[in-house]
Amino acid sequence: MSKRFTVVGQPLPKIDAWGKVTGDTRFADDMVLPRMAFGKLLRSPHAHARVRAIDTARAKTVPGVYAVITGADLPRVKFGILPVSQDEEALCTEKVRMVGDAVAAVAAVDEETADRACRLIDVDYEPLPALMSIQESLAHPEVRIHEYGDGPNVHKNVALQFGDVEAAFAASDLVREDVFFYEGNTHLPMEQHAAVAHATADGKLTLWSSTQTPHYVHRLLARILDMPAAHIRVIAAPVGGGFGGKLDPFAHEIAACRLSQLIGRPVKIACTREEVFYIHRGRHPVLMWIKTGFTKAGDITGCHLKTWLDGGAYGSYGVASTFYTGVINPVTYKMPVYKFEGARIFTNKPPCGPKRGHGTPQPRFALEVQLDKAAEQLGLDPADMRRRILVEPFTKTANHLTVTTIGLGECIDKVVEASGWRDKVSRYRAAAEVDAPKPLWQPRRRRGVGIACSSYMTGAGTAIYWNSMPHSGVVLRADRSGGVTVLCGATDIGQGSDSILAYLVAEVLGLDPKDVHVHPADTSLTPVDLGSYSSRVTLMCGQAAIQAAERLRSAIFKAVAAKLDVDAGALAMRERKVGVPDDWEKAVDFARAVELGEAMHGVLAFAGSYAPPKRAGKYKGGGVGPSPCYSYTACVVELSVDEDTGEVELHDVWIGHDIGRALNPLLVEGQVEGSVYMGIGEAVMEAQVFRKHVHKAPSMLEYKSPTTLETPEIHTMLVETDDPEGPFGAKEAGQGPLLPVMPAIANAIYHAVGVRVDEIPITPEKVLKGLELKRQGKAARVGPDRVPLFTFKQPLVVESAFGAPAEAIAVRPFSDTPS
Amino acid sequence: MNIRLSLTVNDESRELLVPVHKTLLEVLREDLDLIGTKHGCELGECGTCTVLVDGAPVLSCIALPADLQDSDITTVEGMADGSRLHPLQQAFAELGAAQCGYCTPGILLTAKALLADDPTPTRQRIREALAGNLCRCTGYTKILDAVELAALRMGQRPVRAMT
Ligand code: FES
Ligand code: FES
Repeated sequence: MSKRFTVVGQPLPKIDAWGKVTGDTRFADDMVLPRMAFGKLLRSPHAHARVRAIDTARAKTVPGVYAVITGADLPRVKFGILPVSQDEEALCTEKVRMVGDAVAAVAAVDEETADRACRLIDVDYEPLPALMSIQESLAHPEVRIHEYGDGPNVHKNVALQFGDVEAAFAASDLVREDVFFYEGNTHLPMEQHAAVAHATADGKLTLWSSTQTPHYVHRLLARILDMPAAHIRVIAAPVGGGFGGKLDPFAHEIAACRLSQLIGRPVKIACTREEVFYIHRGRHPVLMWIKTGFTKAGDITGCHLKTWLDGGAYGSYGVASTFYTGVINPVTYKMPVYKFEGARIFTNKPPCGPKRGHGTPQPRFALEVQLDKAAEQLGLDPADMRRRILVEPFTKTANHLTVTTIGLGECIDKVVEASGWRDKVSRYRAAAEVDAPKPLWQPRRRRGVGIACSSYMTGAGTAIYWNSMPHSGVVLRADRSGGVTVLCGATDIGQGSDSILAYLVAEVLGLDPKDVHVHPADTSLTPVDLGSYSSRVTLMCGQAAIQAAERLRSAIFKAVAAKLDVDAGALAMRERKVGVPDDWEKAVDFARAVELGEAMHGVLAFAGSYAPPKRAGKYKGGGVGPSPCYSYTACVVELSVDEDTGEVELHDVWIGHDIGRALNPLLVEGQVEGSVYMGIGEAVMEAQVFRKHVHKAPSMLEYKSPTTLETPEIHTMLVETDDPEGPFGAKEAGQGPLLPVMPAIANAIYHAVGVRVDEIPITPEKVLKGLELKRQGKAARVGPDRVPLFTFKQPLVVESAFGAPAEAIAVRPFSDTPS
Repeated sequence: MNIRLSLTVNDESRELLVPVHKTLLEVLREDLDLIGTKHGCELGECGTCTVLVDGAPVLSCIALPADLQDSDITTVEGMADGSRLHPLQQAFAELGAAQCGYCTPGILLTAKALLADDPTPTRQRIREALAGNLCRCTGYTKILDAVELAALRMGQRPVRAMT
């Protein structure tokens, strides 16, 4: 590649790596303040109950207890992360809707005392019937979990239609209808949520929290505590893993704030692992019905998808999740017409929300397994079939999303080549057909390979609350020492966003990333960034940082140009110097250049802002799905299945990812590997399930997740497409690569043993059941066969925008170079 | 009831008076301010709280200091030699083996014990040694790579004997 970049593209260590390997990094629970008290929440043992009364008298008498509060000690406001779903209370006052709902909180001299006091709080509950599944919630409209929504226990009901799918099906050579189920699972970050609140005598409040969205927490706290936002400061502690699990405002944060206000001491509340399982906001269980038409050659003629989401007890991000189960599928393959119907149902379980891939892994699983089935029926190779039908770059999809660059073809070529796909596809299949008898003591293992592809957003095109302000802001301050400071509200949750900011600023200013100090998110100091979700940070904060750095650069150029008596346009910055490339001898040190700049302009502080191009489809619901650009991924999995035990052993995963540009290939690989790993866990073992109203596996031992032994070798291949929307061409890597893993595994299992498990997770029991059906000569398929009786809304009918050309570079608010 | 403890922590001898039921994790974090040791479950299930006791990995969340009188404890804070990082720390930082970094201290110490036992472990051996340490961020790939790199470097140049 050309020498266009010096920092970008280098496999540099993260700027915070040193603190992390020495134990210096201070996570929220590592914070200790003088006089700090410890808090605990009392949580409901009932899945659904009316709260008749709460008596805290006994708890208050425990020595060492500073305060005991209930919902009565908080302003009566309901809140929720989305403006349309304001249905939560930090401490429930009238009703609990799940086991784990908080009803009271204690602050005490230590955790043990707080815990003891919690046990002495008397709550009088009147149990109500608990609805623990979509079917139960729909069958019992007389039991209402919430009073709002699109019907009894229906949180959201959406229906969108782009073009005439029925006509498309009628003109197809093959039409398939399949039903799939994807069980819920949870983020399981290694760090349990923790928060420290400090209300001070001046009436102000500071909260340190392991949160992915300090800005939203800040806004909501002001409402929830009924105090001016200007008097609240939220500081994001380094986050020990988020994956979407730390995106909502939580009861422990709010209770810590209120307790601190009441007792005049800092208060820490650290959740236990069991509490984290109940806090949840993870992957929705989704039942899906998908009907797709194909031509003989494998083109998709049209697709109709229905999804039913088990939302749990609260709204959370659920409205967005519901849309996401439908809107991203058309971004991968040519899909001329499309219809989507989705419904989110309330149940008395911990609320689901955004987990890595937010709402899209489930329909991706359905689509990619269905494509595999169709390829077999049409006699096509599943890799070739996908390769043929990819979306064209710079076009629109049926549902009006704008695709810019797409490197998926190259991703497919790479994984097909590296995995030895062509050879293995026929060799393993042939081996499966000869039923070589084996001695009983030898395991009967069969190998298989499977492929799947996917796409994901690089940042949501619209904010959670409607506004026309920047989604990301950066303030850059140059120091006379020659260092620069980046102030940005982005939260580093381990993905390396602080490092990315340092790399980009260093690149523009010709510095070493070490010269760049990145200040962590702090609502009193850093400009707003909406948060670490929807894979938005690298792109949005990155663009804002580049803009700020370019503004700083031109101010410095102006001053140096005057000094050297040259044209500012002739200057360059590199190696910590500023000068004319052809006359580098005369170049001045960056520190000196800053002094010249300050002498000319005053303090050198510049802002950068980013907001995505306004490309939302002009229809109701068109705001969910648009993104500046989409990342693409192709995945081949090789595994073997033990025919006696049903166990699946993964051998290798080849993953090709269109990253636009790898700003740091090491960090990109890390994101890809982590995504693949998490996809494997979802595919074969992880499940957030309930028995008798309580979590069946609320511990790290019972909730199975992959260890080093179950995680196979992951071979990552990056494809660069240099997207015009991304910072130096970059797209996302943190979520997209998870998506194709589950269907690739399901397809490989079918390839190995001829069993279709249309349900996630694919446990050994399900595989064995399929093998047994096969032995009996029945259809070797395990999965749901029925969908709920449910009436979707009349669809909103919009013309399909499929194939329409997209603007090469969209006009963007706040941009310096309008096109 | 309190108990008098005497421990050597990161080569310093410490005398403490702590409630008898306090775990080693709590004593390290709360009484000795060694917050580098993290916790993911406090039930002995995730490996995050691993420290070395007389060179062997121990889950500090289920270890009672009362049982560990006079033993030698190493936490992540004791890995570097003054300002010089341990080769494992260096490799983890260079290769991006710490993403959020929350699991990192426990994994570093487990790997340190492995390399003391087997200076040239196979990848499979590393996998087995780290099987009790969960990491949700990395997919383990870079962690395995980093342990291999550290082993290679430690074998290549004479380093002072690791305790
Ligand atoms: S915190 Fe000790 S094993 Fe999890
Ligand atoms: S780096 Fe985050 S859990 Fe391992």
